[in-house]
Amino acid sequence: MVVDLGVSRGGVPVLEGVNFSVEAGEALVLTGPNGSGKTTLLRTLAGLQPPHGGKIVVPDSEAITYAGHADGIKAVLSVRENLDFWARVHGGKDIAPALDGFDLQALADRPAGSLSAGQKRRLGLARLMVTGRPIWLLDEPTVSLDKASVELFAGAVRRHLEGGGIAVMASHIDMGLDVRVVDVTPFRARAQVTRTFDEAFL
Amino acid sequence: MIALLIRDIRLAVRAGGGFGLGLAFFLIVVVLVPFAVGPETTLLSRIAPGILWIGALLACLLSLDRIFALDREDGSLDLLASAPLPMEGIVTVKALAHWITTGLPLVVAAPVLAVLLSLPEAGFLWLVLSLLIGTPALSVIGTFGAALTVGIKRGGLLLSLLVLPLYVPTLIFGAEVARRGAEGLEVDTPLFLLGAITLFSVALLPFASAAVLRMNLR
Repeated sequence: MVVDLGVSRGGVPVLEGVNFSVEAGEALVLTGPNGSGKTTLLRTLAGLQPPHGGKIVVPDSEAITYAGHADGIKAVLSVRENLDFWARVHGGKDIAPALDGFDLQALADRPAGSLSAGQKRRLGLARLMVTGRPIWLLDEPTVSLDKASVELFAGAVRRHLEGGGIAVMASHIDMGLDVRVVDVTPFRARAQVTRTFDEAFL
Repeated sequence: MIALLIRDIRLAVRAGGGFGLGLAFFLIVVVLVPFAVGPETTLLSRIAPGILWIGALLACLLSLDRIFALDREDGSLDLLASAPLPMEGIVTVKALAHWITTGLPLVVAAPVLAVLLSLPEAGFLWLVLSLLIGTPALSVIGTFGAALTVGIKRGGLLLSLLVLPLYVPTLIFGAEVARRGAEGLEVDTPLFLLGAITLFSVALLPFASAAVLRMNLR
């Protein structure tokens, strides 16, 4: 799925020669110290920035959904409205399973701005379920989640994998899932700055 | 796409969304002008088309940096970019939502406020028509400026400086239509040019905005 991939941030190569492949129903965890390029790798996989070199091979470019550090929640909309919006953007899936899956039913009509950090995170993760996309890219999904919520999340991921989905996440917490771990540290780019005009200009 | 439009309008109308911002600013400018230049009806009626157009333009400018900055801050923009919507479509819908929440209220409010500036009766129709044709261009050009400055924190100043020169042709021809209409002259030439600017912006700028936005998301 990923062949000899190089990623760069701000024109500086961060990782190079990254190789891995993920099969349907499998979860992959990326580890590495802060600043080692996990987020950049995930953003590149999500198609938000072009790779520095190499290839990303996915069966369908519309198959990927990404959940970053920010949850994309509008504070003045209610939980239901937030989720409903993303469901409609992605073709109108039912939001009830997502609300149930992350225990948000009781909060559904609260404005999202009044939620706690953990509750917001749950809403952000519930968004993944309404997209209906098979490949989830998750950047530190368990930040600010309590133990019970991590359980809920692990359950959601497990159901997703059982349905033939794929999850690639950057995380340091053991969620009790059967996962393969890839450490990105060995792929760190050698200290070479290739400043072509284009990248420097941008 | 319609979901995005509905969401943006809903966000604008709810608390802190900035729906009334442009309208209130327009009202303030137009109400203050007679105090500043004096209550002379002849003078006021002569400068009315220009003042109304400047007020509308600045009111439009005021809410531009909200178009993408808020979505960028809370991460929605990244998620929208990976959603099954074309970037050009997102940009167009954003511009449309901006026009509906800022431009359209200005068009509706303009004839009411024109009374305060004693605009001649013949000018009302042309004022409304020129704003109706011109304000979509202001929203589309402004969206392009907002896309250019989306990565910059507090980029409002840069955005205004970038966008103002691009607004000048719309202002010239828009105010010209309103002025000629008020004086009972032929309005065809500026009206057609105003329409041409709007059509040109609406047709081309979404592609430019989308390209710039993709680059800024990196």
